[in-house]
Formats: sequence, C-alpha cells, structure tokens
Amino acid sequence: MCTVTPISLTVGANRIVPTVAIPHPLGNPAYTMDEELELRKELVDKALKALQTEVYKQTIFE
Amino acid sequence: MSKLRVVHYINQFFAQIGGEEMAHIPPEKRDGPIGPGLAFKAQFGDEAEIVATIICGDSYFNENLDTVTKTILEMVKEEQPDLFIAGPAFNAGRYGVACGSIAKVVQKSGIPSITGMYIENPGADMFKQDIYIISTKNNAAGMRSAVKDMAPLGLKLARNEKIGASIEEGYIPNGVRVNFFEKERGSQRAVKMLLQKLAGKEFVTEYPMPTFDRVEPQAPVEDITKAKIAIVTSGGIVPKGNPDRIESSSASKFGKYDIDGVNDLTAETYETAHGGYDPTYANKDADRVIPVDVLRQYEKEGRIGQLNRYFYSTVGNGTAVASAKKFGAEIAKDLISQNVSAVILTST
Repeated sequence: MCTVTPISLTVGANRIVPTVAIPHPLGNPAYTMDEELELRKELVDKALKALQTEVYKQTIFE
Repeated sequence: MSKLRVVHYINQFFAQIGGEEMAHIPPEKRDGPIGPGLAFKAQFGDEAEIVATIICGDSYFNENLDTVTKTILEMVKEEQPDLFIAGPAFNAGRYGVACGSIAKVVQKSGIPSITGMYIENPGADMFKQDIYIISTKNNAAGMRSAVKDMAPLGLKLARNEKIGASIEEGYIPNGVRVNFFEKERGSQRAVKMLLQKLAGKEFVTEYPMPTFDRVEPQAPVEDITKAKIAIVTSGGIVPKGNPDRIESSSASKFGKYDIDGVNDLTAETYETAHGGYDPTYANKDADRVIPVDVLRQYEKEGRIGQLNRYFYSTVGNGTAVASAKKFGAEIAKDLISQNVSAVILTST
C-alpha cells in the first residue's frame, strides 16, 4: 500500500494498492474521524481483495 | 626514463593454444607479449613493455584455485614488474574469475594490478571492490577499446598517480566516491539531458537507480477468513519513545513490536521515527500508516483469520537498498516461523 506507485513498481512489488498521501497513506486528516475510518476500511478491503486475487505480473489495484 | 615492466596474464584461447579442449593446461610463462599483449604493446609505445606473458587454461585455473594462484604469483614476482595486467576477459565467466582472482592476489603482494571484463561477467561482481576492472564490451571485438582504457589506467597505477572517478577512467564502479569538477554546471547538464530525452535520443543519467530484484507473484490467499495477516511498514511507526532508536534516515535496523490486545494506535502510545515527511499526521494517529484498528476489527468480525501478534517497522528515508534487502530477508524468515499467510506492507 503506497502513495507513490511508480516507486512500488520500480522496487518490484507485485500487488499494489494506491493510497492517500505520503504522510498519511491510510488516512485523511481533512475528514472527520468516522469518515477517515471508513476511508481506511475501503483501502484495507482493497488490499485484502488484492491478496485474494491471482496476479501474473505487477498489478495496481485502483 | 626506462620503460615500465609489465607482466600479462591470458588464457589458452587468447594465447592461440586452443579452445575448450585445451582449457586444462597448467600455467606456463613465455617471454614478451602474446596475442592481446601486442595491442597493449602498441598502446604503451615507449612508456612500458610486456616482459613476460603467463598463460593458463581456464579450467585448470578454476579447478586448482589455491595452488595455481601461488604458482602464478611466483612467476610474476620473478619478473619484478611495475604492473600486472590480466585479460581482458570480456564475458567469459571462468576467464573473468581467473583474471580477478590472480589480479587480486598479485595486487596484494604489492604489484599494481588491473583487469578488464564485461559488467555481467560473474568475475566483475566478485572482484570490483578489490581491483580496478575496466568495463569492456561482451566479446573480443571490443579488444581495441578495452586496451585503450586499460593501458592508461595501468600506467597510472604503476606510477602511483591519482586515479579519477569510474566515469573518467572507465572502470566498473567500485563503491568508492571520487569528487571531480564537471566542465559544465548542473543546470546546463540537466537541460541538455532533458532536450536529449524530449528528442527521444539517448542520455546518461548522473543518478543511476540501483537494480532491484524481481520476484514471481505469490499465489493468492485462498481463504482470507482463515489467514494470519501481518503488517510490515517502512513508514517508521514505533511505540512512543522509539525504544529501538530506529534512525530517522538511513535506518540501520528494523523493530518488531507486540500488538497483542492493542485495538487502536493513539498519539499517547505510538509515533513515527521517520524523517523526511511531516510526522504530524502519523504521530496523531499511527493507524493512518498501519491500519491496526481496522484489521483488529476485521479479526473480531471474522473477516480475517488473525492479525499477527507482531508488526515490523523500519524507516525508508534514505535507507540503503542493501540494508532494506537484509531487513526484508530477516523479517520474511520471522514471518514464516510464525506461519503468517499474508502481509500488508505500507509505505509513506
């Protein structure tokens, strides 16, 4: 899970989930706490889905 | 001034004794230059002369590494040379290893030594930190350009002159930084590079990226509701106070932290050790970097099997690829010993 996905690609990650921002990849301080938790759940859901998905090459899960 | 004395090492092939069928021949010494030695002779002119050439079969060398280096070192010493040249070996693997091995041993005895090989020759990686290895083409068609670089650097070594940067001298980078003044200032070089790039032409970066491993993607997790999931991060999240004193940049270590019973990371309990990004948001709520709160909730709801008892953390800021690789290997080993089935890796 990474904000600067070109770096993830360069270093060879195979399952990549784009995130929010460098200092807070899984959060957004502009949101309320509840909104932020919701956002984080969505991102974690994406990561869990990526883990359950067969990939044959480096893949970004938008 | 008298000519510098040079001893040259070549294999059976370049000595025109034979190919693979003659690779078993033991070392022998002959007077004067042979084969590629003639190209060196032309390049040296009046400055140096090859007084002897040592020839050895590639198989013999590699199968008798300990004894053969001693024998050849004695042969070299007898000539009291100012310089020892091995190869160039281009992309010939055993020849490259032979050139690197013998040049290293001879250099250690106090005689300046140099060799040349193709960057992908296994000998290049093995010996580039021990001796100067001129970067050559991958086959003998590159002999002329190899000699053109090897001869002058060899003379410099023999005369104990200052050696320039790899880009100036043509040797394979050996990890030693050498300062030098560029003819043009940075802005001019950058604009030239950009123009080349925009025109679709070749340009040479001044900041090459390290080469990274590629790994085959792992099979997907079959049943996520039974999976044990671990968190690993390069975002520097640590228990408040940074107990392991992980450095804010160029980290020399990683931490392993017990989150048994931890449902939420708070400003009172966790923070980031990471320099280089504004730590305000991570310090206020470290779940923004590692989603312990969500994964803990999912664990309770049965949406994942288990959140691993430990998370692993280091600082990615300026950390050497070699260090990161080492941390990765150690962390992976530990994860496997805990039967972790999948990892969520977060980076800042």
